[in-house]
Amino acid sequence: MEFLDLITNALVSGVALGSIYALLALGLSITFGVLHIPNVAHPALMIAGAYAVVFANARGLDPIVAALLLTVPFYALGIVFYEFYARAFEKRGRGNTLQSLTLFFGVSLVIEIALVVAFGTDLRSVEVPYVGRSLEFGIVLLPYRFLVPALLAPVVILALWLYMTRTYSGLALRAVAHDDRALSISGVNPVSIKRHAFGIATALAVLAGAALVITGPVDPFAGRVQIGRVFAIVVLAGLGSIPGTLVAAILIGIAEALVTAFLSPSWAPGVAFAILLGTLAIRPSGLFGAR
Amino acid sequence: MRTLPFLVIAALILVGGLFLPQFVGNPYYFFAGYVVLQYVVIATGWNILGGYAGYINFGTSAFFGAGVYVAAFLIKAFGAPLPVQILAAGVVGMLLGVATGYLTLRIQGVYFSIATVALVVVLETLIHNIDYLGGASGMQTIAPPAPAWFGGQTQYVFCAMLVLAVVAVVAARFIERSWIGRSLRAIKASEPAAEACGVPTLSMKLVACAISGAIIAIAGAPYAYYASHVDPLSAFSLTIGLNALAMPLIGGTRSWIGPVIGALLLASVQQIATVTISSEFNILAVGIVLIAFVVLAPEGILGLIADLKEKLRRRGARP
Repeated sequence: MEFLDLITNALVSGVALGSIYALLALGLSITFGVLHIPNVAHPALMIAGAYAVVFANARGLDPIVAALLLTVPFYALGIVFYEFYARAFEKRGRGNTLQSLTLFFGVSLVIEIALVVAFGTDLRSVEVPYVGRSLEFGIVLLPYRFLVPALLAPVVILALWLYMTRTYSGLALRAVAHDDRALSISGVNPVSIKRHAFGIATALAVLAGAALVITGPVDPFAGRVQIGRVFAIVVLAGLGSIPGTLVAAILIGIAEALVTAFLSPSWAPGVAFAILLGTLAIRPSGLFGAR
Repeated sequence: MRTLPFLVIAALILVGGLFLPQFVGNPYYFFAGYVVLQYVVIATGWNILGGYAGYINFGTSAFFGAGVYVAAFLIKAFGAPLPVQILAAGVVGMLLGVATGYLTLRIQGVYFSIATVALVVVLETLIHNIDYLGGASGMQTIAPPAPAWFGGQTQYVFCAMLVLAVVAVVAARFIERSWIGRSLRAIKASEPAAEACGVPTLSMKLVACAISGAIIAIAGAPYAYYASHVDPLSAFSLTIGLNALAMPLIGGTRSWIGPVIGALLLASVQQIATVTISSEFNILAVGIVLIAFVVLAPEGILGLIADLKEKLRRRGARP
């Protein structure tokens, strides 16, 4: 049955796609979801991560191993970045959304152009043995370039979730979103926790970049199409919900895959945004968010 | 500035501009001037919602693109003249503004901004899939010829854009000084407090959205005439959204003159930069200028001037 083939494959690739999207959105679910910092530069950081992975891959490193190693410098980068942001805004006591959004917007432009200057505007990709081959399982056909990053995502999400719920600093991280004053009373410095959280989010950007570049080639502006999608996922999930991020991302992945299979690929980019607009209109607190 | 001198100056600029084609021969000046004026309209429109009410629209290009495609549709379907295109674009932009506002304005701040990003992609996807409007590759828009008096297409759209710019600025100044502007400022300062003082916040925000959307959309309408080719990529270009944000921020968002200063400054620099250096560095420059202004001069050039005046006054007071 052709219809059954089509729908099964759409569902499977939708789940895989969604899993990858979850990884892309994970950093943002910390910065925006937990810290309430609208980091629109996250996708650009992700692309910067992808380029770093491509660079390492050209020297013979496996992209996932490279990404894991790169989390360290990216964590440091995130800390520097947060320090800059905090000096510019939070210490002056202005949480003005316009200004922080604009700042991150400017930062993402600078990152994009820096990449253009350094690497040119050509598409870049990684070379791994499994790209080009597919997993065949009955009627299901799933390319490994989707499968591998799709399997990476749940592992990272699980690790992050365990960290957030099982460790003391994870607890502090969740607490800082609620009330940094109370947190400082219990002897934890909220600024250092926020800095740490931003570092983790930026480290996650390089993992996301690796996933993205395994899936397909990237160019310096590839982050732009992701901006809306990752925000859609974080909002749909309910701010700050880590498991919700996976569920929301898979829902969006499936919706996109179904639209691609049954309507036309040209409609797919609109899906995430339509879902986002719908969520904002009907249930702004998201699927797993507290009211 | 008082109202009478302001209106006199506006009228002088208008009349002077309309007679410009009789004296200036080189069409390139009109070509570049059109772009600068287009950004005056866009920045002014953006500022009504973004500057006065504090609701950041990242999706300016959605409204601009809607204006472009309304005009393109009218040219293709009816061969409609430019004034009709502009009016129609204004109406569509207004409706789009109300619809977006109604969907998202009940929740605050960041969500509205994110929703406007989404709006761009939804509209762009929609246009991509309408074959009548040329889909992804776009379409030719051969407009009816311009009235002979203007001496050419470029001069004609330049003058049209000049009229739009003057109208937009006069409207923005009027709004700023009327009860609408006062309500919007109250909303920006504190929404619950504004509500408590009897400002109908939701309807005021919807009004601001409608006016802002209409002004940005009319800025897009003459584009089909100007470029004689429209495609989704340039109609929904990120540059539009970026500049719409950057110009008021650089000029100062509190007053109508801020976006005008920002637009004249940034758009002229960009016009010169695209001719002399590459367009990538152009974007890089905008990015750096944005960061610098946000960090160092969050109130823009107007804020810098106010600070300077304050300093001078203090120095003067101290003998």
